[in-house]
Amino acid sequence: MSKPIVATTSLAGCFGCHMSLLDIDERILDLIDLVDFNKSPIDDIKEFTQMCDIGIIEGGCCNSENIHVLKDFRKNCKILVSTGECAIMGGLPAMRNNIPIKECLEEAYLDGPSTKGHNPEGILPNDEELPIILDKVYPCHEIVKIDYYLPGCPPRADLIWNALVALVTGDEMKLPYEVIKFD
Amino acid sequence: MSSHIQNIIEKYGKDATRLMDILHEAQAKEGFISDEVVKEIASQLNISKVDVEQTLTFYHFFSKKPLGKYTIYLNNSLVSHMMGREEVAHAFEKVTGTKFGSVSEDGQFGLYNTSCIGMNDQEPAAIINGIVFPKMTTYRVKEIIKAFRAGESVTDMINSLGGGHNQSDLVHSMVTNNLNRRGAVIFSEFTPGDTLKKINSISPKELIDEVKKSNLRGRGGAGFPTGLKWDFCTKTPGERYVLCNADEGEPGTFKDRVILTERPEMVFEGMTLAGYAIGAKLGILYLREEYRYLEKQLETVLLGMRGKGLLGRNIAGKEGFDYDIRIQFGAGAYVCGEESALIESCEGKRGEPRNRPPFPVQVGYLDKPTVINNVESLCSVVKILEKGAEWYKSMGTKETSGTKLLSISGDVRYPGVFEVEWGITVQEALEMSGAMNVKAVQVGGPSGRLIGPNEFHRTICYEDLPTGGAFIVIGEGRKILDVVKNFMDFFIDESCGSCAPCRYLTVILRNKLNKIMEGKGVASDLDDLVNWGKQMKVANRCGLGQSAANPILSSIENFRYEYEAKIEKGKDFDTRFDLNKAIQESSRAVGRFPEA
Repeated sequence: MSKPIVATTSLAGCFGCHMSLLDIDERILDLIDLVDFNKSPIDDIKEFTQMCDIGIIEGGCCNSENIHVLKDFRKNCKILVSTGECAIMGGLPAMRNNIPIKECLEEAYLDGPSTKGHNPEGILPNDEELPIILDKVYPCHEIVKIDYYLPGCPPRADLIWNALVALVTGDEMKLPYEVIKFD
Repeated sequence: MSSHIQNIIEKYGKDATRLMDILHEAQAKEGFISDEVVKEIASQLNISKVDVEQTLTFYHFFSKKPLGKYTIYLNNSLVSHMMGREEVAHAFEKVTGTKFGSVSEDGQFGLYNTSCIGMNDQEPAAIINGIVFPKMTTYRVKEIIKAFRAGESVTDMINSLGGGHNQSDLVHSMVTNNLNRRGAVIFSEFTPGDTLKKINSISPKELIDEVKKSNLRGRGGAGFPTGLKWDFCTKTPGERYVLCNADEGEPGTFKDRVILTERPEMVFEGMTLAGYAIGAKLGILYLREEYRYLEKQLETVLLGMRGKGLLGRNIAGKEGFDYDIRIQFGAGAYVCGEESALIESCEGKRGEPRNRPPFPVQVGYLDKPTVINNVESLCSVVKILEKGAEWYKSMGTKETSGTKLLSISGDVRYPGVFEVEWGITVQEALEMSGAMNVKAVQVGGPSGRLIGPNEFHRTICYEDLPTGGAFIVIGEGRKILDVVKNFMDFFIDESCGSCAPCRYLTVILRNKLNKIMEGKGVASDLDDLVNWGKQMKVANRCGLGQSAANPILSSIENFRYEYEAKIEKGKDFDTRFDLNKAIQESSRAVGRFPEA
């Protein structure tokens, strides 16, 4: 039997969840025995080359590109896992959700401490190559169907590891209280 | 102004736990509470400005901004809507020239929504400058606003008086009692003062035993045995307190309103007996601000009791039994009906429920052992002492003895209060109140259960279908989803915000409900409502949060077909996310115009 194939991506996230995945230390060797990777920053494969079994999503959706990538993942992965606070609830980026976009952009490009006086023409980034930001940051399940959720900021390495092993082996996952409590 | 605030604060002995009273009086003077007043109160009480502000901003009826010379609070509860609130609200907006949630430009009229004000039997009802205006119509709206513009006062507009004590000079209110059925306990013959004298022949322990023997259970809804509660309280040493819960915020209940109007002596005597039983010196009646119109009568009754030696020192001639009662007004917060939130409020704080244990009988008001009972429970105690536990137990069912006041409203011919023995069936209650073409009944208010005809045979009692008294009848022509939405909006408004699921999940559930109501729902939305709704029970601290998804859960259980009729068939998942719509705002901001 061929190995299950995993794809990962970081949308509006900080790559912290990916770092946490790498925190499984020497078990990364076991992981490579267990699964193959397809589209993922880990192996730098940019586009899907085959149907995958598991898609790990870090981050929510803050711009049009995130939406396209997430929909692409849904199309190409049998199981999608929202991983971490941002994917599940929008996280830190969602703090902008109550502020009008114009204000956000002006703060970032015109009035912020590092930009004030340095953008005399008052340019807001608007190249058609750039993704356009959304009215608010969306958690992934408000865009596509998500099958599983791994909470944490980031989810601890053991949680990600155990979840992957459970998904691959089909065994039930142990979720002790310590793993899912946050305060 | 400064000296005025100082006077208020000195009246309450510079006691920060009386912040609610201080804020009430400060607001009564100016109509709102300005920043300067907040600073003044904080410095006088030697607490931080934030301490004052957090209480001030928690309660619906306190305001940091002027609310208009005429402040109009129109009830937006379910039954108010059923009885035509929409057109009344529209008329208010039209004639005052302002929208709900704001004050008219000339500063004359402030229009505000408010949660159920305990007038479900005479909706739509409004409170204008503290005076209750029941049975509002568009005609009446035009009439009173015109009169206000002509300079008449709010009291000038009292054009009729309700029955019973509503007619007395002390109450002088348009509210009607609608006491449609008197039973053997609360609304039977009652001579004030007689029962209280019995404390000369009964020890506190014997009184507790008698209440235990009667099987009296708390009438607020939870049904905890009253005698046991008292007994627990006596086990904790220290100064003890009695609190009477007259917050009655559950939409659909209005029984305490009628008790406090017609039987105020009985309430205070019940509180006094509780004080005797547990050895308290002070009892507090926590009364919702909506019932402010009863204040004069209640204070007068208290004065009378003090005059007759039924309050104060050596009560009813019983040497060493000193006890008094004060009234604590709330300021518009449903959650304060939860007993530990009520304690917090009595202490001048935000009405946020406490963690339990410790229970109030151990650590309650001012961290002292405290008994909190419902108005109706305490009244029952008076009759139990008068006529005996055996007599009391002879009424009701095996596990729920005595009588219950049902507040019946909605699509019935005779809305009002009915005192019945426990064990009456839903069907009987419907016939008793003249209900017509009934589709559903909300038993116990929004936090209770929405049942359909297949459950009308059930009996109202703790072993079958418990209720704190609310009984809202929903007729054939109504849409169940409208009912559920109204209740969800209510829970969102009234959440104290302490527990995250109560603060957020209620909104998420309501939004999902909206999606279904707009015809955009799919099968997975219904599953989400059920699965997520269940989390409320386990993830919130108090009863409000735990039951905030009940309207959704019980309506899906009993009226699933109404949801399914609105759902798009053959589609399991669709969030209806629209990328084109989602990028409009930023496209405008940067001057990019994407192709549609």
